[in-house]
Amino acid sequence: MADQTYPIPGSFDATPSRGAAMLEWLHSWVVTVDHKKLGILYILYALVFLLVAGAEAMAIRIQLAVPHNHFLSPELYNEFLTMHGTTMVFLVGMTIIFGFGNYLVPLMIGARDMAFPRLNAFSFWMTAFGGLLLYYSFIGGFGLYGMGNAPDVTWWAYAPLTAKAFTPGHNTDYWALALIVMGFGTLGAAINTLATAFSMRCRGMTLLRMPLFVWLMVVTSGLTLITITPLTAAQVMLILDRYLGAHFFDAQAGGAPIVWMHFFWIFGHPEVYVLILPAFGIASEIIPVFSRKAIFGYPAMVAASVGIAFVSTTVWAHHMFTVGMTSVSNTFFVLSTMMVGVPTSIKIFNWIATMWGGKIRFTTPMLFCIAFVFQFLCAGLTGIMLSIAPWDWQLHNSYFVIAHFHYTLTGSFVFCMFAALYYWYPKMTGRMLSEKLGKWHFWLFLIGFHVTFDTMHFLGILGMPRSIYTYEPDRGWTTLNSIVSAGAFIQAIAVLILAWNLISSYLHGEKAGNDPWDAWTLEWATPSPPPAYNFAEDQVVRSRRPLWDLKHPNDPDWKYER
Amino acid sequence: MSTLPIFADEEWRLPSRGRVAMLSLIVGESAIFTIFVVAYIYYIGRSTYGPTPRILEVPIFNTICLLSSSLTILLAEHAIKLGRMRTFGLWWAITILLGLEFIGGTAIEWHKMIFVDGLSIRTNLFGTTFYSLVGLHATHVVIGLIGLSLIMLFTLLGRVEQRHAERIQVFSLYWHFVDAVWVVVFTVVYIVGR
Repeated sequence: MADQTYPIPGSFDATPSRGAAMLEWLHSWVVTVDHKKLGILYILYALVFLLVAGAEAMAIRIQLAVPHNHFLSPELYNEFLTMHGTTMVFLVGMTIIFGFGNYLVPLMIGARDMAFPRLNAFSFWMTAFGGLLLYYSFIGGFGLYGMGNAPDVTWWAYAPLTAKAFTPGHNTDYWALALIVMGFGTLGAAINTLATAFSMRCRGMTLLRMPLFVWLMVVTSGLTLITITPLTAAQVMLILDRYLGAHFFDAQAGGAPIVWMHFFWIFGHPEVYVLILPAFGIASEIIPVFSRKAIFGYPAMVAASVGIAFVSTTVWAHHMFTVGMTSVSNTFFVLSTMMVGVPTSIKIFNWIATMWGGKIRFTTPMLFCIAFVFQFLCAGLTGIMLSIAPWDWQLHNSYFVIAHFHYTLTGSFVFCMFAALYYWYPKMTGRMLSEKLGKWHFWLFLIGFHVTFDTMHFLGILGMPRSIYTYEPDRGWTTLNSIVSAGAFIQAIAVLILAWNLISSYLHGEKAGNDPWDAWTLEWATPSPPPAYNFAEDQVVRSRRPLWDLKHPNDPDWKYER
Repeated sequence: MSTLPIFADEEWRLPSRGRVAMLSLIVGESAIFTIFVVAYIYYIGRSTYGPTPRILEVPIFNTICLLSSSLTILLAEHAIKLGRMRTFGLWWAITILLGLEFIGGTAIEWHKMIFVDGLSIRTNLFGTTFYSLVGLHATHVVIGLIGLSLIMLFTLLGRVEQRHAERIQVFSLYWHFVDAVWVVVFTVVYIVGR
């Protein structure tokens, strides 16, 4: 149709001007309900905020590089601290997982779109405007001095600091309202993912033939349903306290600030599993392809994922050992937290067993995944250490805790997201990311990561508390803090290389073709980038590796798979 | 797991996407209610001043109305499945009336509590937790009533047909959930907490 021209009555030129074409193109992205476009929008949105939150982290590290520094004011430091955490968890983490989920789940199960395309668009725009609302606080959240004022109550926002008396102005309201808005977006995305995975599968795609990434998105979405909603509920309570004078967290009227802690961590701890489970899914897709072996122990991987989701809902109060709970509660949360180690170990064992004896190709996505397995193991070990209540009493709110959770969220989650970008970028754009720049990105980020976060463990053991604005020179923390900050700069350079790679490869990258990695899941059966309808014909699947069956008709998987 | 390949003539059935989505929404909503219920139970008897739950009158008639609306909507679902559109419209209208009675009863209850007993959301912890929990439920009833009324409107315009039976069932799931949650709220607020 496009190459046909029709004569138009009157003699004006029918070809749209460059500006109009540009406008048309932008309009198509704003009104789209295509899961692939929305997925890309989610991912781009997350990457933009990754740069923003990264810049905030850099400012924090410059401030802490030397004692008695005045690079930031104390007020701005608190704002950056809060915004870095909030942005990374909600605007980067939650959006990028649902970005990849959106893009890949329908493709992987052989569907033409998500179950509810318009709900999908609604969810994205709720999330997007929630993020803008949060960042508008920098200019609109009138604080004490009548100027813009971002939230500064840290991302866990403990009561009673959030009460009107202690945080006047509107910055805390921006925080709560933005997260409520984004919470609805996330809820919509989770519901949509579940409906898609259960009701849109192509013929033959039984639940136990679904790719592990789809499984992990299912588990993560299920967990989202029961973790994001308590946060929304708690924030409604906070808003009621602040605006209508309710007393949920008001100790003077008999309310209990500790209730906020419980409600927040009932959300907060499963939240990190919501983030890390899709990362597991990504590793479970990439490691087999580059080891040239089917995943080891597929049913065990599925069971372990569901197991993690269940256990993760019973561990929240390990954030609260220093609050002074009863010894029975302490013991319960120590043991339940240690239980997390069982299913996660099964996963690590299976990834290593997948690589074992495989013909490993050390491409950039594989490198990120190998680093992920190692770093996730370290993160798990410090997690077990912190789960022991007496140990936690010593190290609670120290840099040891910061090091632990950055090992899980940066060393594991972000590494897998980078792996996913390198792995699926060819599918999304039709062009390969530069391997040379990719290797630079990987090694610099790896080195920077270890320089920063390995060192933080020692700072924690030396007693440096988290969230402090500055410190005395005689504490013996100066050298280590300078090293941590130097590592942060190396990571920043690596991320800028990634940004450059994403842009330059889009323009000049090598053409990818349908299946550049010789992979086995259905998304590689369509052109890159896939057409709007994904698959020209309905797919039929007979095993967990449908493309392997196609490529090896004499040795198909379904002959052996049980 | 069968090791046999799938063939084109083999049956391939998937759950309804509407049902999966509505059940997911209900799971999420349950978590929200759980948090508010836990807060209510935790704060029972912790108010330092002001009215106590003694002022509550058990809304038995309201409860009967709301719970029977679950039955009437079930009869409506049954009617549309069989294509009896007039019966469907009748049961649907009765469901709306029962829902309206409930919300009206809540309004009268709240009016008395606010203006006679002097209890508002800022009076004390009881007011805070009572109005937020019962208010959260009432909000869900209102949203349900808006949905019910829209479907009623389309029914009167003749736009709802037998082929929409599944969508009606999916929507009814939400109404059943609102009714089921009331059993929990009622137990906590009017029996345990009083």
